[in-house]
Amino acid sequence: MLDIKSLSASIDGKKILDGFDLKIKPGEVHAIMGPNGSGKSTLANVLTGKNGYEIEGQVFYEDKDLLNLPIEERAQKGLFMAFQYPLEIAGVNTNNFLKTSLNTIRKVRGLKELDSLDFLKLVKTKTKNLKIDEKILNRQLNVGFSGGEKKKNEILQMTILEPKLAILDETDSGLDIDALRIVSDGVNALRSKERSFLIITHYQRLLDYIKPDFVHVLVNGKIAKTGCGELAEELEKVGYERMEIGK
Amino acid sequence: MTQSTINTSEEYKYGFTTDIESIRAPKGLNEDVIKFISNIKKEPHWMLEWRLKAYSRLKNLKEPNWQKPKYPKIDYQDLYYYSAPKSSQNKPKSLDEVDPKLIETYNKLGISLKEQEKLSGVAVDAVFDSVSVATTFKDKLTEKGIIFCPISEAIQKHPDLVKKYIGSVIPITDHYFATLNSAVFTDGSFVYIPEGIRCPMELSTYFRINASETGQFERTLIIADKGSYVSYLEGCTAPMRDENQLHAANVELIALDDAEIKYSTIQNWYPGDEKGKGGIYNFVTKRGACRGKNSKISWTQVETGSAITWKYPSCILQGDNSVGEFYSVAITNNYQKADTGTKMIHLGKNTKSKIISKGISGGHGDNTYRGLVRISSKAHNSRNYTQCDSLLMGNKCGAHTVPYIENKNSSSNIEHEATTSKISEEQLFYCNQRGLNQEEAISLIVNGFCKEVLQQLPMEFAVEAQKLVGISLEGSVG
Repeated sequence: MLDIKSLSASIDGKKILDGFDLKIKPGEVHAIMGPNGSGKSTLANVLTGKNGYEIEGQVFYEDKDLLNLPIEERAQKGLFMAFQYPLEIAGVNTNNFLKTSLNTIRKVRGLKELDSLDFLKLVKTKTKNLKIDEKILNRQLNVGFSGGEKKKNEILQMTILEPKLAILDETDSGLDIDALRIVSDGVNALRSKERSFLIITHYQRLLDYIKPDFVHVLVNGKIAKTGCGELAEELEKVGYERMEIGK
Repeated sequence: MTQSTINTSEEYKYGFTTDIESIRAPKGLNEDVIKFISNIKKEPHWMLEWRLKAYSRLKNLKEPNWQKPKYPKIDYQDLYYYSAPKSSQNKPKSLDEVDPKLIETYNKLGISLKEQEKLSGVAVDAVFDSVSVATTFKDKLTEKGIIFCPISEAIQKHPDLVKKYIGSVIPITDHYFATLNSAVFTDGSFVYIPEGIRCPMELSTYFRINASETGQFERTLIIADKGSYVSYLEGCTAPMRDENQLHAANVELIALDDAEIKYSTIQNWYPGDEKGKGGIYNFVTKRGACRGKNSKISWTQVETGSAITWKYPSCILQGDNSVGEFYSVAITNNYQKADTGTKMIHLGKNTKSKIISKGISGGHGDNTYRGLVRISSKAHNSRNYTQCDSLLMGNKCGAHTVPYIENKNSSSNIEHEATTSKISEEQLFYCNQRGLNQEEAISLIVNGFCKEVLQQLPMEFAVEAQKLVGISLEGSVG
């Protein structure tokens, strides 16, 4: 699914990712943990194609060179990111945004575009399953949403767009326990043999709800340690500082 | 006379020229040219007198110069004031007699005059350079007593109505361009809705400048008699040319007691190229008089074209309880400039006005909202609400808001709100990450921004306008 080979990324001459390697197979859930400034969000941004980074190394997505694709093509090919800080766009109705996005992606995948009626049916089912209040759909995109509502909206978008590889960039930060459950239920419901996840988080808490296949510790722009679920618990106890010393 | 086609590009798909023989008045502005126009239109004597009066007044007027967008001096003696397709010299009586080349031109523009007649339920008057070439749906309208015809025809057939109302909202002494138009106007539409009649379909005029070095000076006059209703829409395009062309129209609306006029404009004149060469100077005077009690005039404009747009569709709220509305989207991309807004003059009691203006600037575009709200001492309990929003794209464009507010009545109330925002890289990234490309993302954000205004357009045109808004902003983010 995804093969990252000695990826480095700098911004304004400052190296943030430094020789990062990672392989994700279909159906796997990988968690990336790490202290502030270790390069977690940069990894998500580079994979999705955000401008402003100087990049070295290679990334293959479904055996194709990912780094040369424009942002929207990566998304159309099934790469999704749940944003750490979802953007507010005044005047744009959430429903309309989601429908435009879904139909663009469906078109690329050779599927029929959904008309308003079918789309509404789909959205209604999904919001109900996720226990998300469907009222947010009639509001302007993320405008005046609480932190929790924004994150739930990201999960709803992920659910509807059905990505092949979903990156969650600190989706759990700032969530109360109920919202956290909605977010993790959303992810768990989407888990399948074909679909992979890259979950970036600061805390072990989320991993109580989403059981990853692998946990990687990111320190100074590269993976310092890889393990299974227990590594996260160990991290929580010992702290990143000690882990770094231990390597 | 034949003209070569200047290359048409994707960006402005209406940029083609029709190779058609035309008749022109001699170049320049003088009494003889005015007599030529009046003569070729077979006008009655009073009309010529009226034109000449305007012309003599014009000689003492100076071109205004207070607007924000400046332009090189126009040589008024170096323009043609009349240009008409030769074939319509003897006006066609039905669509079948219209020159096929003209029909083809309108087909290219997406306006099928024949189809339109049969299918869409919109009556169209097509104005090509200086003459009206075809009006559809005449019979159906005539049944209801509605008059919808070229103004040149109305001058001959309905002189009493024209005489009574022309110049009654925009006097011939008004200002330079309005006076110039009064002297040399060539064609345009005339609408009269009789008492108590609700016009059963959208009326629409489609303006097309084709000939080069030609000014277009059309005149539109719409009268809604007591208790009547009409919705009217104008659309405009022009070929791509290196020169700037002047378009100085006058539009007068009169709403009597309990009448309502809804006037929508989709202005897509050639905006000039990406370096700012060429394009239309759109210097238009539009004014409506809510003359009767409980009358209402509503202007909606989507201004995406022209090198310079300079206009203030206004309402004079004379009748008690009358209502004026102005909904505007003005887009300036590349080197386009706009100085537009409205004037709401409250004279009657309990008069209300609402102004919603959305300015969008991209590239090196410069957008000014200029608006006057005046509440006179007798306009008790009057209200105005104004909202001006500006959206900037990139960092080389400009947005300005210049509201003038005069309230002489303590029982009346004026509200003004303004915002300025910018489309951020982050917002675009967010949209891109959801599979939308740059253009789709901008179109989505901008359409969201001006939704309130686009919703005001008649259904038949709303979709078209949405697309236009998207296209106009292509390449606007640096």
